[in-house]
Amino acid sequence: MSPRRDPAQAAVGDKLGQVTEPIERLDLIRYAGASGDFNVIHWDDEAARSVGLPGVIAHGMYSMGVAARAVAAYAGDPGAIKRLKVRFSAMIRPGQALTAGGEVTGVDGRRVTLKFWADDDEGNSVLSKGEADLELG
Amino acid sequence: MPLNQALVGKEYPPIHYEVGREKLREFAIAVGETDPVYHDEEAARAAGHPDIPAVPTFPVVLSFRAGAVVYGDPDLGLDYSRVVHGEQEFRYERPIRAGDRLVAVGRVAAAERRGRHELLTITTTITTEAGEPVCEATSLLVSRGTAGPPADGRRS
Repeated sequence: MSPRRDPAQAAVGDKLGQVTEPIERLDLIRYAGASGDFNVIHWDDEAARSVGLPGVIAHGMYSMGVAARAVAAYAGDPGAIKRLKVRFSAMIRPGQALTAGGEVTGVDGRRVTLKFWADDDEGNSVLSKGEADLELG
Repeated sequence: MPLNQALVGKEYPPIHYEVGREKLREFAIAVGETDPVYHDEEAARAAGHPDIPAVPTFPVVLSFRAGAVVYGDPDLGLDYSRVVHGEQEFRYERPIRAGDRLVAVGRVAAAERRGRHELLTITTTITTEAGEPVCEATSLLVSRGTAGPPADGRRS
């Protein structure tokens, strides 16, 4: 039986369970290997500085992957997720922690819309304008 | 160098991808996802999936490869070192799952100037080899400082 959330259990204003992930350089190296994105700005400080960055930065898609955990946990089933969208608004670096959250913005029968976001530990927005469409039940 | 507007709408040769269980587990671990449904075949089947499903952002593995075909087109005029990822969207028909044999086709969906920068939209359509739609991934890339002088000749 699918663990997909029952639409009767979804209401506008529901908060997603927050996800917090401290980011270490090893996480970015692991993500590079898993995703195939070996851009040097994600693992080589010197290369990152040579293009004007303060040092290595996380892949935007790593942050989106962490934030998507909050959406999937609310949906109860990855098959319930019909759309995900984010804007990458700021970089986040190793030594910082990413915190993702969100809330339900609309419920129409089985269709549920969410907004979600992710911030660094100083409250700067890393992912903004996150939107998700779910099909529950 | 400004992007070549004539390539908007162009589709690139497909890439083929066979989805393995260990790859899906590896990717789930890399984003910190510990839900057993993404790791354990029995948990996946108990949840109604024919095999282990991918986490929702896994399609980026395919769109990154299909995108590399697009970025590598010398006619496009993209300098990848100037590119930052602006936005990302996925539209799903169903989750990717272990055992899928997939085809991903990249397409230049839009190229427009925004001040000194250019915005390039690449859409990757992912289907099974049998033609079943699975996912569409859309990446908005910002090409920094490549727009050149204003098209109407005015000084900016």
